[in-house]
Amino acid sequence: MLSVKGLHAKVEQIDILKGLDIEIKPGEVHAIMGPNGSGKSTLGNVLAGRPGYEATSGTITYKGHDLLEMDTEERAREGLFLAFQYPVEIPGVSNMEFLKVSLDARRKHAGLPELSAVDFMKLARETSKRVDLPASFLKRGVNEGFSGGEKKRNELMQMMLLEPDLCILDETDSGLDIDALQLVADGVNSLRDGKRSFIVVTHYQRLLDYIVPDHVHVLAGGRIVKSGDKSLALELEAKGYAWLEEEVA
Amino acid sequence: MTEQVESLIKRDYAAGFHSSIESDTLPPGLDESVVRFISEKKGEPEWLLEWRLKAFRAWQEMEEPTWAHVHYPEIDFQSVSYFSSPKSMADKPKSLDEVDPELIATYEKLGIPLHEQEMLAGVAVDAVFDSVSVVTTFRAKLEEAGVIFCPISEAVHRCPELVKKYLGSVVPQKDNYYAALNSAVFSDGSFVYIPKGVRCPMELSTYFRINEMNTGQFERTLIIAEEGSHVSYLEGCTAPMRDENQLHAAVVELVALDNATIKYSTVQNWYPGNAEGKGGIYNFVTKRGICHTNAKISWTQVETGSAVTWKYPSCILKGDNSVGEFYSVALTNNFQQADTGTKMIHLGKNTKSTIIAKGISAGQSNSAYRGLVRFNPGADGARNFTQCDSLLIGDRCGAHTFPYIESRNPTAVVEHEATTSKVSDDQMFLCQQRGLDAEKAISMIVNGFCREVFKELPMEFAVEAGKLLEVSLEGSVG
Repeated sequence: MLSVKGLHAKVEQIDILKGLDIEIKPGEVHAIMGPNGSGKSTLGNVLAGRPGYEATSGTITYKGHDLLEMDTEERAREGLFLAFQYPVEIPGVSNMEFLKVSLDARRKHAGLPELSAVDFMKLARETSKRVDLPASFLKRGVNEGFSGGEKKRNELMQMMLLEPDLCILDETDSGLDIDALQLVADGVNSLRDGKRSFIVVTHYQRLLDYIVPDHVHVLAGGRIVKSGDKSLALELEAKGYAWLEEEVA
Repeated sequence: MTEQVESLIKRDYAAGFHSSIESDTLPPGLDESVVRFISEKKGEPEWLLEWRLKAFRAWQEMEEPTWAHVHYPEIDFQSVSYFSSPKSMADKPKSLDEVDPELIATYEKLGIPLHEQEMLAGVAVDAVFDSVSVVTTFRAKLEEAGVIFCPISEAVHRCPELVKKYLGSVVPQKDNYYAALNSAVFSDGSFVYIPKGVRCPMELSTYFRINEMNTGQFERTLIIAEEGSHVSYLEGCTAPMRDENQLHAAVVELVALDNATIKYSTVQNWYPGNAEGKGGIYNFVTKRGICHTNAKISWTQVETGSAVTWKYPSCILKGDNSVGEFYSVALTNNFQQADTGTKMIHLGKNTKSTIIAKGISAGQSNSAYRGLVRFNPGADGARNFTQCDSLLIGDRCGAHTFPYIESRNPTAVVEHEATTSKVSDDQMFLCQQRGLDAEKAISMIVNGFCREVFKELPMEFAVEAGKLLEVSLEGSVG
């Protein structure tokens, strides 16, 4: 699914990633943990092709394509999805319209016809129910006046609707209460089908109680300094990151 | 083709009116003899000639206004030809194949039906096209309701007392430089009369779409809504018109008598000049309506064309409880300049006005909102709400706001909200991360920004206006 080798990347002239390697197979869930400023969010943004996040060396292969050669929107249409830490508002553009054009773009790329308005409405309503957002949210502007939790559920709704191949969750748990966390985790788990892969970027072990990862990586100083299974997350929870940083040093 | 439609429509009218299709063209220049020539060509009565001459004499004493936030080379009014005959069939393109492919591509993007494309592009078509019968049906329906809708030059003969009473009653000849010029040399335009208590049976837009004529650069429109009547009128078209004229100076007058409602929508997409800022229309327009007791006038405009726009559709709220509304989207790209807004003059008690203005600037363009809200001493309990939003795309364009508020009545209430925002990188990234390309993302964000105004447009035009923004924004993202 995704193979990252020796990735260096910089943001605003500052080197953030310094030789990162990661290998993700179809169906796997990888958790990326690490202290503040270690480059966790940068990784997600480089993968998604956010302007200003520049890969300076290394390779990224996604579904056999050279990811760094693809435009931001091409990556999305090819099934790479980033759930934002701070989803932005687009006033006046209804959620419904936004979902429809996004889905149309993805379907068109896959050679599928656009969904009819009726089929789409039905699908959108069902999906909003799955993330426990009232159908009235479909008519509101994208994230316009949504609470933090509603924005995150809206991200989840987009993810469910677009059925991506690789989902990157960028600190989706931040700012969520325990009920909302459970709901988001249930949503993610319902999308695990043995083929779809996930990168779950998080600060805390808590989310991983609900979304159980196959692999856990610790990112520090722009590189992966330790990898393990889910028990690594528990160890981090107990001991913090300092011991790892010392170990690396 | 235009003449064909014109003559087909006119055939049924009793008053013979064919003098406009003669082949004289005046050399450039403007003096009294030109005004007399135009009036004579149109077979106008003596009073109208005098009216024009009065305007012309006033114009000679006036100076071109320079207060607007627009810059353009000085216009030599003596180098303009003030009367030209319509193009002969022989000079017109024979089919769409002979028309600039770029123009056709735009029509297609806008979803304009083929026969309308031909008409808009000025193709000389011999065959009678489908919509002529539609026009006839429409006219029968309007006549049944007692509605008069005809060229103003024809109204001068059909209902001279109405024209005489109301022409210049809202925009006097001396109102401003361009209005005076228009009054002296106006070529033609529309006349609408809605009798007492009648609700016009159709959007005049529908009719207009099919019946649009090249009314020339000095267009004059007069709409009279009698007591308790209702009319919705849409001028212009979303498709760019083939027009070589540099200078446009139109005047629109609306009269809403007691309890009447006039809704006037404009979609203006004249040639804006090329991407380097060469060419394009200078559009200097005076639009004003007067509201009597309990009457309402609502202006909605979507302005995406012209190199220079100078336009302030206004309402004089004369009668008590009358209502004025102004909903505007003005989009400028490349080197376009727009200075547009409104004037709401509150004279009567409990008069109410609403202004929603959205300016979008892209490329190296400049867009200005200029609005006046005035409460006269008699305007007890009057209210105004103004919302004025600017959206910037890129970092080389400008947005400006010039609100003027004059209150001479202590009970009047005015609210003014203004915002300036940019299409943010984060918004663009969200859209692109969901699979939209940059142009689609921009047009969607801009459409969202304009939503409040688009919902005021007649439905079929709201959709087209959205597409028009998309076309007008092409190339605005690197």
